[in-house]
Amino acid sequence: MSCDFTRTVLHGYLDGELDATGAAEFERHLESCRECATALGAEESLRSSLQRSGLYENAPMALRKKIRAGLDAATASSRGIRIPAWRLIAVAAAVLIVAGVSWFSWPGPAKDGASTAPFTVAEIIDAHVRSLQPGHLTDVASTDQHSVKPWFNGKLAFVPPVKDFADEGFPLVGGRLDVLGGQNVAALVYSRRKHIINVFVLPTRETDTPIHPPGLRQGYQWRHWRRQGMEYCAISDVSDSDLYELAQLMYQ
Amino acid sequence: MPVQAVLPMSGSDQGKGEDVLDAQDRARFEQLVLPHLDAAFNLARWLLRSRADSQDVAQEAMLRAYRFFRGFHGGDARAWLLQIVRNTCYTWLEKNRPVELMTEFDEELHPQPSTSPEALAIAGDNRERLTRALETLPPRFREVLVLRELEGCSYKEIASITAIPIGTVMSALARARQRLQRALTHASPQEASREL
Repeated sequence: MSCDFTRTVLHGYLDGELDATGAAEFERHLESCRECATALGAEESLRSSLQRSGLYENAPMALRKKIRAGLDAATASSRGIRIPAWRLIAVAAAVLIVAGVSWFSWPGPAKDGASTAPFTVAEIIDAHVRSLQPGHLTDVASTDQHSVKPWFNGKLAFVPPVKDFADEGFPLVGGRLDVLGGQNVAALVYSRRKHIINVFVLPTRETDTPIHPPGLRQGYQWRHWRRQGMEYCAISDVSDSDLYELAQLMYQ
Repeated sequence: MPVQAVLPMSGSDQGKGEDVLDAQDRARFEQLVLPHLDAAFNLARWLLRSRADSQDVAQEAMLRAYRFFRGFHGGDARAWLLQIVRNTCYTWLEKNRPVELMTEFDEELHPQPSTSPEALAIAGDNRERLTRALETLPPRFREVLVLRELEGCSYKEIASITAIPIGTVMSALARARQRLQRALTHASPQEASREL
């Protein structure tokens, strides 16, 4: 082993942690360095073994139960404190008041309509993570928008707009059916330098919005917008600037 | 041991100690932290190499996280929890298996001929062999691999969970991967004869 890159940059490249310039530089280096090419092949093979092998161990049911019991014991209200009757009545009254107020305010839609997506961030992240598990990414794998779009026909009550952005650096990988907030949605899958971007699409009656500021949780970024009767949410581990670029392409 | 001292993400609560938590805290905890129980268990299982011990340690870590939950001011709940799990695991190891922690982490990267992708693919195809190879690595190599390859953590998350400076996560992974390759391919003849 003589090439220094096999010990450093190669791993950043493999893990998608290099910036665009660094990744491009390493790709140029790869063309001429056989050692790095072989080492990268070996690392990729090792990675796929680790990920395919089912080494991940989920928490057993018994542990979940024990933890819930432990949490109960550590939470104040469940320590068996006696609550006087007048307090219960006060609580009941408060509940009624709150219920009354929400009843009157219920029919009005949220004023800005901005952050009222019909699904939660946790659902989006779960759906994205689930899609990355082996064999879950696409129901129809194709880089051809003309075969992905018709595939959704008859599977959904709407037709999601499907476009390939390979020329702009976001090749279409395929499409998938998914469920968010209890409703069927279309998931369009794009790739960006080995990273996967899921764009969830579903119909909406709300008015158009601009592309909202990015959200970030657990290392995933998302961008949400509404356009011409469709609600979009793009999520990935790519940088926000990449995600925003794709959002802008789709917004046009 | 003061837990806050090892939780850099909970900077502003120094000296506050344990809180009495109410139903609202509980609901927030269930929403933000509890969903990462699988991640917590998986990390403990690989650090301790035992399902039974990991159940105890994951439970202890989860309840500890709950007791100090008011010190969590948003951000990456999974990394915050895994940090606590990792610390709990190391405390447990120090007490129960101190010998395991004595391997030096900053071992030099030994030059070795690169293994062919084909040979690795064959060795890596066997789940048992892969498990054993991973378990022979020192805990500090094992944890970066588990966090990266099984948990899908970014370098930034690995840095905050393991308290390695972010600039050295890449080289730590490089060393860990080299060790794993060596363990996989070198173990093969011996394993093969044992299996006969």
